[in-house]
Amino acid sequence: MSKKKSANRYFLQGNEAVVEGALTAGCTFFAGYPITPASEISEILSERLPQVGGTFIQMEDEIASMGAIIGASLAGAKSMTATSGPGFSLMQENLGFACIAEVPCVIVNVMRGGPSTGLPTNPAQGDVMQARWGTHGDHPIVVLATSTVQDSFELTIKAFNFAEKYRTPVVLLSDEVVAHTRETVELPPREEIHIIDRIAPSMPPEWYIPFEDNSRGVPPMAAFGDGYRYHVTGLVHDVRGFPTQRPDEIEAFMKRLFRKITQGFNEIQMTKDFMIDDAKVAVIAYGSVARSAKRAVLDARDRGVKAGLLQLVTLFPFPRMKVEEVLRQCRAVLVPELNMGQISREVSRVNQGKCQVRKLNRLDGGLITPEQIMYELLKI
Amino acid sequence: MKGRKGKKRRKEQKGLSRYEIRLGGSGGQGIITAARIFAEAVSEHTRKFVCQSQSYGPEARGGASKAEIVISEEPIDYPKATKPDLLLAMNQAACDTYFSDLKSEGILVVDSSLVDQVPTSRSIGIPFTEIARKEVGKELVANMVALGALTCLTKAVSPKGVEKILLAKVPKGTVEMNRKAFRAGISAVKKLGDLDLPKPEEVEEEL
Repeated sequence: MSKKKSANRYFLQGNEAVVEGALTAGCTFFAGYPITPASEISEILSERLPQVGGTFIQMEDEIASMGAIIGASLAGAKSMTATSGPGFSLMQENLGFACIAEVPCVIVNVMRGGPSTGLPTNPAQGDVMQARWGTHGDHPIVVLATSTVQDSFELTIKAFNFAEKYRTPVVLLSDEVVAHTRETVELPPREEIHIIDRIAPSMPPEWYIPFEDNSRGVPPMAAFGDGYRYHVTGLVHDVRGFPTQRPDEIEAFMKRLFRKITQGFNEIQMTKDFMIDDAKVAVIAYGSVARSAKRAVLDARDRGVKAGLLQLVTLFPFPRMKVEEVLRQCRAVLVPELNMGQISREVSRVNQGKCQVRKLNRLDGGLITPEQIMYELLKI
Repeated sequence: MKGRKGKKRRKEQKGLSRYEIRLGGSGGQGIITAARIFAEAVSEHTRKFVCQSQSYGPEARGGASKAEIVISEEPIDYPKATKPDLLLAMNQAACDTYFSDLKSEGILVVDSSLVDQVPTSRSIGIPFTEIARKEVGKELVANMVALGALTCLTKAVSPKGVEKILLAKVPKGTVEMNRKAFRAGISAVKKLGDLDLPKPEEVEEEL
């Protein structure tokens, strides 16, 4: 198994990998407020961003942090903030603004035990539904979940790419285990990494219609100060960006918001599978729990159970197609989570009686162990 | 087909290819720092995969603190230690709490200046804190004494390799103090004589 030692081999923490991913993706603006277990992201970026000509601001709170990254993004920067549960709650209102004004930005939420101050130094997965439905109003959003240090690097880049391509906020969910675990990673060389930038308007400023529909449903985005003057508002707006009350315009606008994400399902809905081909029972997991699940699948196979793992990399839009395949194939699936069952509810929703859906929940501040998952697999 | 491949993988993992270390003590003793340096040295100076995780309370000092290192020939799935091959306890509470997890043939190392009651006669007692106080003049570096001992006992990476990372990581002005502590830890293990310990494969010298 010994492999050639490469120059791209690093020993990084999950949070450090997020920083490396963000800088690789071209992030030049970070505003945030430190919070365990996400503080390292702010700490490192406060040093690294100025070195590459970027801006780091420690804001007075998370409400302002979210406001600042929206502003920076409208001015043309790729922007990001990082927080944990309590801060993420404060960001929700402005997150909705980013949805309706179609402002690309990345929000990293390193999950810890909650609610409220909860368990600052323990892992949890309690913010899954907050990421999906935390802001008010009906809205589409992209939520990704990282499970290893390597993932943290790659998914941060993906998060920026999706944000830029679809003009949407993207939430990257990490957790204390992923964030603080240090491990050996191999980062791909810069030239092998695909980076997407938002499309700028190519027409002269006087012809620019800032929210006009097109085949992708994603209008080109002009940076403030580039000479393209347009109006940005949190009110539902017409194609020129001004508030509207006309039902036809409202419906067209809302439908486009959803359509632009729906059209990208193929690319956005990411999953990884492990020994799923001949599996009769499967684990559906995400985040750090997916690591325990991988080990549990190997242990269960040793005991003669045909187990497999479907790891959800994208949580929302919920990767329904992939999950349905597994539900059709297996006689039972197990959804282990560090909450009382937020994704298991989604799995049950798409299951529609196809197979047995079992939950495995842990709330004591520890990571679900491979043994816990394996014993459940032996039982079902 | 895939199942068979899985079984082969598991057999590899059941051998010495996965080696787990747990360090326990109280917050402020520098346990996580020591684990981090050790793990980085293994990652930097060998071809093995290494994963270091931690668990601690919200307090700046005090409270239980734990750091774990998993060393493996192949990419590591579960990042935590389940059955440590080596447990290093820096206080009585850590020794009491984690001893039951130790592998039956695992090694228990305790700071004998802080642990009075050892649960087994097969433990190795080294007075890290006392050595730090007497030989270096600061209890603060007990973690580096422990790091020296850990390096010597596991033989997962050369002491030179660890020292290199250690010197790069510690704050300027404390380099001498830390080096002295680290070396004191190594000589403390050497004084114990031939221990005949299970260890993770050969050391790869790449310095």
